[in-house]
Amino acid sequence: MSTEYTVTETLDVKGESCPMPVVKTKGAIDGLSDDEVLEVIATDSGSMSDIAGWAEATSGVELLDQQDEGDVFKHYVRKTQ
Amino acid sequence: MSTDTSDSPETADGSEAKSPIDAVDAPEDVTAAELAAEVEELREELAELQAAVGDDQKSMVIVSTKGTLDMAYPPLILASTAAAFGWDVTVFHTFWGLDILHEEKSKNLKLSAVGNPSMPMPNAIASLPGMDSMATKMMNKRIADNGTATIEELIEVSLDQGVDLQACQMTIDLMDYDENDFHDGVTTGVGAATALQRMADADVQLLV
Repeated sequence: MSTEYTVTETLDVKGESCPMPVVKTKGAIDGLSDDEVLEVIATDSGSMSDIAGWAEATSGVELLDQQDEGDVFKHYVRKTQ
Repeated sequence: MSTDTSDSPETADGSEAKSPIDAVDAPEDVTAAELAAEVEELREELAELQAAVGDDQKSMVIVSTKGTLDMAYPPLILASTAAAFGWDVTVFHTFWGLDILHEEKSKNLKLSAVGNPSMPMPNAIASLPGMDSMATKMMNKRIADNGTATIEELIEVSLDQGVDLQACQMTIDLMDYDENDFHDGVTTGVGAATALQRMADADVQLLV
């Protein structure tokens, strides 16, 4: 699931747990322009499933990549449309 | 039974039967151009209908009836997450659920030590004075340590994202609360009919 992209903005939600990583990701995506990419850095292990599920069910966003680095989980979401 | 049914559409005589189209509206001298125009008009209508039906805007209504710390979380977590999905969300608070929206009470929601089999103490001890406060303190410490959002924070993000947090008017009066006791942005002056009307149109309806 690796594509070429440039990160526009980074959202740090380390230490925060459900539902904040998803809620704040949505808020940050709203502030981006089309085709820009948001990097989300979380420590909540549930964010792997939650952000993927959110991106799947939400129009106007595309999940580009997710990385499990053990203690940190990184998510890359592109704003579409 | 003297009625002559020979030229009714229901006649058994196939050659005489009118097609359903004739029965509705289609004079024989209609031209191809007129038919084409009518087809075009129908296509436009169909496209409009499909657009209306295909609208994937989902909505959810949660009825929140409990005011303990543990029962305050699920409705607010689901509401704020659904709003992040772009759903149209209403949470209708009634009875002790009102305390979640109450500016003062929402800061001090309690956990009950009694009747909770998950508590590491028997009910005989849990019912002693001060045990609810102790259980609540322990839970609040866990919430802080885990980085779990507070009830205040969840109310704030929910309202920011356009969740309609409603306080049932009948129970506001019943519990002797004042409409100004609630967080800014909370909808008051609503009742069961408002909740039902939204539930009838919603994709997800939950009672907590």
